[in-house]
Amino acid sequence: MEIEGEHHPLDEYLRADRIPHIWCPGCGLGTVLNGFLHALEETDIDLKNLAIVSGIGCTGRIAGYINVDSYHTTHGRAIPFATGLKLANPKLKVVVISGDGDLFAIGGNHFIHAARRNIDMTVICVNNYNYGMTGGQLGPTTPLESKTTTTPYGNIEHPFNLCHVAHASGAVYVARWTALHARRMKDSIKEALNKKGFSFVEIIASCPTTYGRRNKMPTGLDTMKYYKEKSVIKHGIEPEKADIEIGGEIIVGKFVDIEKPTFNEEVEKLIRRFHK
Amino acid sequence: MMRLEAKKMVATGDYTAAYGALLCDVDVVAAYPITPQTIIVEEFSNFVNNGITDAEFIMVESEHSAMSACIAAQASGARTFTATSSQGLALMHEMLFVASALRLPIVMPVVNRTLAAPIGIWCEHNDSMPQRDAGWIQMSCEDNQEVLDMIIMAYKIGERKDVLLPVMPCLDAFILSHTVEPVDAPSSDEVADFIGKYDPVATLDPNNPMAIGTFSPPEYIQELRYQTHVAMENAKKAIRETTKDFARKFGRDYYGLIEEYRCDDADVVLATVGTVTGTAREVVDELREKGKKVGLIKLRFYRPFPAEEIKKIAENVSAIGVYDRAISYGVGGPLFIETRNALYGLDLPVLNFLAGLGGRDVVKGDIEKMYEILLKAKKEKPEKEIYWIGTRGVSI
Repeated sequence: MEIEGEHHPLDEYLRADRIPHIWCPGCGLGTVLNGFLHALEETDIDLKNLAIVSGIGCTGRIAGYINVDSYHTTHGRAIPFATGLKLANPKLKVVVISGDGDLFAIGGNHFIHAARRNIDMTVICVNNYNYGMTGGQLGPTTPLESKTTTTPYGNIEHPFNLCHVAHASGAVYVARWTALHARRMKDSIKEALNKKGFSFVEIIASCPTTYGRRNKMPTGLDTMKYYKEKSVIKHGIEPEKADIEIGGEIIVGKFVDIEKPTFNEEVEKLIRRFHK
Repeated sequence: MMRLEAKKMVATGDYTAAYGALLCDVDVVAAYPITPQTIIVEEFSNFVNNGITDAEFIMVESEHSAMSACIAAQASGARTFTATSSQGLALMHEMLFVASALRLPIVMPVVNRTLAAPIGIWCEHNDSMPQRDAGWIQMSCEDNQEVLDMIIMAYKIGERKDVLLPVMPCLDAFILSHTVEPVDAPSSDEVADFIGKYDPVATLDPNNPMAIGTFSPPEYIQELRYQTHVAMENAKKAIRETTKDFARKFGRDYYGLIEEYRCDDADVVLATVGTVTGTAREVVDELREKGKKVGLIKLRFYRPFPAEEIKKIAENVSAIGVYDRAISYGVGGPLFIETRNALYGLDLPVLNFLAGLGGRDVVKGDIEKMYEILLKAKKEKPEKEIYWIGTRGVSI
């Protein structure tokens, strides 16, 4: 793809008037946005038929930058909003892009139930291990012993393994990559977008400003080097074996890809039963 | 906790609020981050991590959980503290009613921030004011010194046996929360001497089991509602007495539920809330120099509402205006509604000025405009009651 002058090949997907974005130098979110848009380009999804929903936080801003129908919901409520969209208009392609704090702390309940029901949507979670936008507090994914503003002597709370949560809750597609794995991440997002049912992609991304600086990775590049050193691709591994520990392996890959009737299909089945 | 000497600090409103909680030797803080409040609980976590206090700091999953944790901790006899803003306060709404009905004097500063939609982070009072009927004492601060003093007084007022209600001191987003001002902080000994120890009427105790907040049939609830209503009425007296005691001990007087500024011989007065009051004081001085007899009421408390105080002033003026930074759609600003209710039966124009919504600046010119309309209303009957100051597409 050639970049000429001031035109970016993905410009047509963006709300140019909203650019430049708010993300810090070295943040992984730009890579995720880029990967998502490239994945989108490779699918047959009609942009007029696509809705993107996000919650609150740095990742939550993604919905505002993509030039499709989008909604920036209240904190934690992206998935219920997306569920409403999908049920009211089953033909719509619904994508949730939000952060780990939004999707798994305040909104954790919604995540497990949407996965359990197998609502046909794609959820992309950008996991930066902390509450980035509010300045770097402990979140539900902060690895043990990590330092945050509220845990200066190290975190003592066991974090979520998001892929394990997704799998245990019933997601039909579960994959994890880091922001370093730009192409593989793009491929997984594409697969998730094409997947029928509740698909989940976790992308571990750098947050140099609020997480990295407190954990010996002061720049985005330091984090990328860390990902390069620690990442191990293990497709098909049981997600429960892919816990994240500080200094330990970061197991990435496609972990789950199964078939299961979606909520909408069950609804249709029920309707057919009574309209014989 | 460690003893803290009296000192002069240069601090943001958020740091000041956290320091106030530290001085009051709170036992439990439950916290969830939300801009622009985050720094309050974050600074408190630093006090805990640095060993300055042995308070418990609980990191929870949402504001709803934060208030739930505070309620349980307070019910077991602890002095608790949390802070929130905007969406967080809205999410807490359900638990606010539990805190007041269980008569738990939790103190929670609210950094006033606009409530979605659309999402914004700047100052508006449409987060705290809809909590009107939750049974919380609710007041607004003008500057960071008042934030500190009010947190200290909040524990004193709320924990009184004739009150026993939670207290919500409000401070304007960014204008106070993130702005550095000099603040006089008393010593922890002085504060301890002033507020005393929290002495709950009843506490959850495994050795003496009891149940609280359990399912209650209609035979009980109405009396509980009445008692909470009386407690809020009692809070007026508690506030007046506490500001007097505070002035005696610390040398700063907040004059009860409202503060009057040049109201004695005023023709018209404007009632303001929050940081706009500071700007309005200057406007009053300037208009006074020009010979206009204008006065100012600083509305400190929203609950309990200072109806008697306002009525006393209104009896001697020819028009009264109320500034609101929130709107009850189709009716007017919340403070305006309260003021008009308080002045029922008095024959004078009561006007409402809406400005600064969504965090827009309220400048001297806006307040001059308000006084101009009030002075005009003194001479001729105004055409309308509600004025949207500085609003595109709306003529005054």
